[in-house]
Amino acid sequence: MIHSRRTFLKIVGLSLAGVSIQPGVEALGGSDSPKISRRPERLGGKRWAMAVNPKKCPSGCHDCIEACHRVHNVPDFKNPKDEIKWIWNEPFGNVFPELEHDYLAAGWKGRAVPVLCNHCANPPCVRVCPTKATFQRKEDGIVMMDYHRCIGCRFCIAGCPYGARSMNYRDPRPFIKEINPEFPTRTKGVVEKCNFCEERLAKGLRPACVQACKEKALVFGDLEDPQAEIRKTLRAHFTIRRKPGLGTRPQIYYIV
Amino acid sequence: MYDRGKILGGIFIFLVLGTFPFWYGKGRTATPPSLSLDTPEIRGLNVRQCIEPTAYMRSSHMELVNFWREAVVREGKHLYVNREGKKFAMSLSQTCLGCHSNKEKFCDACHNYSGVKPNCWSCHVVPQETPR
Repeated sequence: MIHSRRTFLKIVGLSLAGVSIQPGVEALGGSDSPKISRRPERLGGKRWAMAVNPKKCPSGCHDCIEACHRVHNVPDFKNPKDEIKWIWNEPFGNVFPELEHDYLAAGWKGRAVPVLCNHCANPPCVRVCPTKATFQRKEDGIVMMDYHRCIGCRFCIAGCPYGARSMNYRDPRPFIKEINPEFPTRTKGVVEKCNFCEERLAKGLRPACVQACKEKALVFGDLEDPQAEIRKTLRAHFTIRRKPGLGTRPQIYYIV
Repeated sequence: MYDRGKILGGIFIFLVLGTFPFWYGKGRTATPPSLSLDTPEIRGLNVRQCIEPTAYMRSSHMELVNFWREAVVREGKHLYVNREGKKFAMSLSQTCLGCHSNKEKFCDACHNYSGVKPNCWSCHVVPQETPR
């Protein structure tokens, strides 16, 4: 078969054109691929936040801590050096060191204040994570961890100004009182922290700590919804945040 | 050629060792793993069909599980719609092991045979292993 140069160039041109439209055809025509979706019963929000009223906390109450640590398989190493914390109590002076002085209002000196991850709008832990194991969800602002990607470098622990992150220096499994089979445990060499109960929000449930609090000291909600209970709470009370001067824009608001 | 004996002997030993796996395994057949689908949950199914067709699950379940992982953790999407339009919660220990409740005779049988060591179970909980 002898082609003229002209027919040869025509054939080459047509072939190249065919190859170039192939990806487009595949993308448009591949409609039998599986689909994924959110659960219809989920709690949807645009900017989750929490208001904490430490004045409502009865002394010695650990209901929120116990509920959270039970739901999320948080181990108890019985050793403060290895301690894993998602939500915990801290004396007022440690939570707000810049506000403590010798003449505090009655009852505030040394008062136990619940602290947790602040789910900052500008989270330093996300910025320093080299593997993007820690990331901020675009849809609702939750600062999440993907334990699959965590390499245990602990940059995030150094980056977090609130001490909200804990490292598993040992295998946590044997130190979990009762394993909740619906939530994974962690493994040695992985950092963990509060996830604002994103797995419960996806099922339409409020965070475990909020649900466990009998005194309603914790109010959780969507800041973008003007009718939400959290917005009413923030309108009714004067609130402060931890270390706002650092520019992390924390989303846990403390009523004082 | 100096040291002819040593060099030729060395080459001979090298060839014997290098080809050892081929002639040692010749004629032998390794018994393929027998996977058990006999669980109460699978027996109770009307149609004995996994989430996707068996051939796809056999060849690509790891890709599917990775896809589920990214969808749930990264995108916050928890429901999977298969090609038949059926919905499943994307959960390794609830959905997969919900039917395949015999991990040792299903997952482990094949993974041990092929020398694959997935590290799923260092974090994900096998429901039966939970102390009750």
